[in-house]
Amino acid sequence: MTRITVKVDGSSFTDEVEPRTLLVLYLREQLGKTGTVVGCDTGNCGACTVHLDGRSVKSCSLLAVQADGHEITTIEGLATNGQLHPMQQAFHEHHALQCGYCTPGMIMQSIDLIADNPNPSDEDIRLGLEGNLCRCTGYQNIVKAVQAAAGAAAPQASAAGGAQ
Amino acid sequence: MIPVAFEYFAPATVDEALGLLREHSDAKVLAGGQSLMPALRLRLAAPEVIVDIQKIDDLRGVRDDGDALVIGAMTPHSTVESDPLVAEHARLIALATATVGDPQIRHRGTFGGSLAHADPAADLPVVAVALDASFVIAGPDGRRTVPASEFFQGVFSTALGEDELLVEVRVPKYTGWGAHYEKFNRVAQGWSIVSVAAAVRLDGDSIAEARVGLGNMGSTPVRATAVEAALVGQPATADAVREAAARAADGTSPVSDINGDADYRRHLATVLTRRAVLAAAGTA
Repeated sequence: MTRITVKVDGSSFTDEVEPRTLLVLYLREQLGKTGTVVGCDTGNCGACTVHLDGRSVKSCSLLAVQADGHEITTIEGLATNGQLHPMQQAFHEHHALQCGYCTPGMIMQSIDLIADNPNPSDEDIRLGLEGNLCRCTGYQNIVKAVQAAAGAAAPQASAAGGAQ
Repeated sequence: MIPVAFEYFAPATVDEALGLLREHSDAKVLAGGQSLMPALRLRLAAPEVIVDIQKIDDLRGVRDDGDALVIGAMTPHSTVESDPLVAEHARLIALATATVGDPQIRHRGTFGGSLAHADPAADLPVVAVALDASFVIAGPDGRRTVPASEFFQGVFSTALGEDELLVEVRVPKYTGWGAHYEKFNRVAQGWSIVSVAAAVRLDGDSIAEARVGLGNMGSTPVRATAVEAALVGQPATADAVREAAARAADGTSPVSDINGDADYRRHLATVLTRRAVLAAAGTA
């Protein structure tokens, strides 16, 4: 067993983990953060996307021990005071999900994408979400939701804090 | 699935890592893990020991070293992709890196990790061969430097010994050269069926020098030397480039697999070479 200390969604945790424990399984099974899901065995689907030190990574392709000393944000850490993150709100309003399985990863990656590129074209969004697979929506509404969140974020930034 | 149990070490220095590799015969080096982790999960790999080198800070970063650019083995793809020195002196590397995997994989995956993994369909080995990069390898007897043409030895096989570590890659500067990376695949995240990396230096309207690398046209990336020679002194026009590119598959032995047979790959190599060289000349 190896001792790790990580910060997850704002709280610090120190735990003993087996080195082979995948980060996503540590989050789900040891911390109970089941909002992050596992969709594949190969690192292709992106459903398990979280932020490690502010950048998107696939938590199935990392060991929990590799996250030692780092900060993680999961889908469960996005809402503040019961209010959805603007990206979550946009997915809700634009019906960007059907079964919802890919949604945690889609939202985490979309937030990363907007951070890099605040005014993305539809093509930028599709390329930026290349590592996230959705088998229901056909992606159209996901692209719409990301566009809406990007559009909402720009004026909000200048409107003295906005709603968030 | 969950990987087979292993012993885990996270050394803080290259010497410490080398000591661990010497001590454990069945050890695997973990860089960014974007190829190794899926292999561990599918139990295609089951090493007894993992040596995680992410805490060795010296292995990260890009620096200017006179007539060469030096890229640390643990530099993440996302850093290489947007690095100003790479953009100025080796734009071909930035272009190819931007096509690796997907954004999450590029945040985590590393320049050296991808090269040491040596997948014949990978992007960075093609570029390293095209640009005549050299590989700085640390081992029990100190450091040695291996040219790209000797580093890649076969499918997933390199000049790296089991007790050695790739520490950095030196790339000659190609300042002012045009560059283009042409990757042919069918689906998002797909590996290339064939890829072509081209860099071109123009003198007026004609091609003064050219570098062309081919990916997935054999067990290792190769230089299309016949094309390079045929391009020199030619105008950068569609006809001249087409004629030179027709030699792209000379001397190659691509595999036949589910994505295409060998003849298809040979044809693809000529088409992609023409496109890549023309596009590269257009940016010179």
